[in-house]
Amino acid sequence: MKALSSFIVVLLLVLVAYMGVETANARFLFGVVFPYAAVAIFIGGMIFRILKWGSAPVPFRIPTTCGQQKSFPWIKHSKLENPSGVLGVMGRMALEVLLFRSLFRNLKTQMRDGGQLTYGEAKWLWAAGLAFHWSFLIILIRHLRFFTQQVPAAVQLVEGLDSFLQIGVPLLYMTDAILLGAVTYLFIRRISLPQVRYISLLSDYFPLFLIFGIALSGVLMRYFFKTNIVSVKILAMSLVSFNPEIPQGIDAIFYIHLFLLCTLFAYFPFSKLVHMAGVFMSPTRVLANTSRVKRHINPWNYPVHVHTYEEYENDFRAKMKDAGLPVEKE
Amino acid sequence: MAKLPKPEELAKVDYTLPKTGWMETPVVFKEGMFCHGSKPKSLELVGFPNPRDWRPADADWKLPENWKEILIKGIADRLKKYRSFQLFMDICVRCGACADKCHFFIGTGDPKNMPVLRAELIRSVYRKEFTLAGKILGKMAGARELTLDVLKEWWYYFYQCTECRRCSVFCPYGIDQAEITIIGRELLNELGLNIEWIAGPVSNCYMKGNHLGLEPHTIVGNLEYMLDDIETVTGKKIKPTFNRKGAEILFVTPSGDLFADPGTYTCMGYLMLFEELGLDYTWSTYASEGGNFGFFTTNEMGKRLNSKIYAEAKRLGVKWILGGECGHMWRVLSQYMDTWNGPADFLEVPKSPITGTVFNQAKSMKMVHVAEFTADLIKNNKLKLDPKRNDHLKVTWHDSCNTSRGMGLLEEPRYVLKNVVNHFYEMPEDTIREKTFCCGSGTGLNASEDMDLRMKGGFPRANAVKFVQEHYGVNMLANVCAIDRATLKALMEYWVPSVGVCGLHELVANALVMKGEKERTTDLRGEPLPSVEVKEEKA
Repeated sequence: MKALSSFIVVLLLVLVAYMGVETANARFLFGVVFPYAAVAIFIGGMIFRILKWGSAPVPFRIPTTCGQQKSFPWIKHSKLENPSGVLGVMGRMALEVLLFRSLFRNLKTQMRDGGQLTYGEAKWLWAAGLAFHWSFLIILIRHLRFFTQQVPAAVQLVEGLDSFLQIGVPLLYMTDAILLGAVTYLFIRRISLPQVRYISLLSDYFPLFLIFGIALSGVLMRYFFKTNIVSVKILAMSLVSFNPEIPQGIDAIFYIHLFLLCTLFAYFPFSKLVHMAGVFMSPTRVLANTSRVKRHINPWNYPVHVHTYEEYENDFRAKMKDAGLPVEKE
Repeated sequence: MAKLPKPEELAKVDYTLPKTGWMETPVVFKEGMFCHGSKPKSLELVGFPNPRDWRPADADWKLPENWKEILIKGIADRLKKYRSFQLFMDICVRCGACADKCHFFIGTGDPKNMPVLRAELIRSVYRKEFTLAGKILGKMAGARELTLDVLKEWWYYFYQCTECRRCSVFCPYGIDQAEITIIGRELLNELGLNIEWIAGPVSNCYMKGNHLGLEPHTIVGNLEYMLDDIETVTGKKIKPTFNRKGAEILFVTPSGDLFADPGTYTCMGYLMLFEELGLDYTWSTYASEGGNFGFFTTNEMGKRLNSKIYAEAKRLGVKWILGGECGHMWRVLSQYMDTWNGPADFLEVPKSPITGTVFNQAKSMKMVHVAEFTADLIKNNKLKLDPKRNDHLKVTWHDSCNTSRGMGLLEEPRYVLKNVVNHFYEMPEDTIREKTFCCGSGTGLNASEDMDLRMKGGFPRANAVKFVQEHYGVNMLANVCAIDRATLKALMEYWVPSVGVCGLHELVANALVMKGEKERTTDLRGEPLPSVEVKEEKA
């Protein structure tokens, strides 16, 4: 039901873009106003979000230690899983962000007949997650060709690598296929694993359909409908030079692609997708395990009522003396 | 209390999900799955809100009229104080990687025990009250109203989490359910919704210095019993000191070690080791608790109880502090103490008077874990050990949640263990070290009225013990945690009856060859030593 609603919402978005361009001819709205608005909301929203997180202090040093602490020279310290300084944290975060280290640990806990628990490998979520995120990034980088007069060498290199299989005309980008495949897997996993389906919200399905829609419209445009790339680049360049113009010859499919993307951008800061930025601030991962070595300061630490030794001795003086314990006051 | 089902029954975990969505499935309080409510006296003693007689199973919880307002304000307040809380409310993608990592989920099959869903219990209210989407779209955005039923659900499930942090190891963003439970329990505490098994020890600890409420003369008396037993086993008369000014080291251990076996055997182990070293140390009856049940109520209460350790170290004028075997005690000491009650600039950087090793890992907070201390002794050949005396034991090692995931004390105790026993077998890889399973009774859930919950929560741990018991004949489960020593005993009796439970320093003391001791014929428990049995057979 939640999946279906999300699907319908995305379909409606497609329809809005199609009608907006084809029926209402609101090309300026879809080609210029929405993209500017979406990017503004994205940037503003993310800044707001990050400032909000940043304004909440980290009162305690609470890394989740996933390996041996640094103690004696003769015990091997797990530098990346239990970092003792900035370098270790950078390494840990690099593994986390670039390779999804924690997700790589994933296990499948199963109860065998006879009540024996077993822990099996479960790397599909990790693999699909990694494939999805990296493809997305590479596709974003490839799109830079639309925003630069001279396509940078780095972008060309990425394009070359991405299409090295040399299949079809235009050349097939592997990441296009991988992204669609990974999103499909993530969706199927979400509806087919009972427990994951049980915890899923509408806001878990919606981004999947939205991103699938963006990828699919992009693929259709590149490989099948062959929209006028030159015009698209003129539009893109006009947007980044803040001198917007709508060139002729851009098909509705492009506006659908763009509108879904705008939706994603505008939706991003208000959704779970903020994990992209949040992971860099997660106290259990970005803090080094140094709480015993260097005092961590809690900015709102305040004095509290304590039961002092004096009060304690007053309560128990006679008993203490009887037991032969030293006392401060006779 | 309902009768505990047989292990075969309890092991049949039903993972079928309710037909209704989780928001539409009201909480049902099942007997054996929750603890008694706090007594008014326990709350009054420490000034906690809303002290009154109440029972969790009753419909009327005698809440203040503005309870909802208190909670919403409480959430707002903590969102501003804890980045962890604010962030963990926002960034979960519900990938479900944490779901089958929780011992309570594995043992109960209750979907609300999946860490992600336990967090959603509070996240849903957060969305309703603090996010635009939640306010406008309501349930569509995963938001819901805070009602009495929701509050009861919070209470039931935040007391079905032991803050073990296993989920946070697997979460791609490091979302830590322990943080959410800690804050959830703080919120409940504001309405006086505590459990007596926590509130009682907290008030005891505040007034008397330890959870068990042992008064100064009782502490001395209990130790004297142990000293008598040590004399019987070793022929050595030991005279430890209490509250002694000018000692070099203050020793602080969980009070559980002073009270009941097998903790007391561990305590005898400390006494024998320190005697053998001629350590200049003192016990304290004021700071007589290393553990901290206050941590399971509020951050502030944790700090109030913890303050005694530094205060006592200062009063006695010691150089540094040595800490006993405990789990959550070391989470608190390692990640909170210095921040709360530091700086401990009146102490020196801990240095072993025996080996000269400087414990730089505790440079600022000035407290050393006894497993670190002993590992260093053994590494420097300062102890004469005869591991054969433990030959009747086939030992496996339980990593405590908190020392593993909140500190990283993994190899030190193993090093000690390997030097004092000959037969050591690890449990399966995915159930130890940073992936270790909770005993199922941590964070103050080690009461007797919630035995179903404890046996279910401890099931994955017991299951791994059973594996090594069946494969290697393991008969002893060693650990560095006082709660473990108390709770794993019951867990083993239920799931793997042939396996006993002991602390690390019990094994150390068994193996420790002391100067001038008589020939030992038994271990600390009075069981005949294996070598002795052999001799008798020959004779």
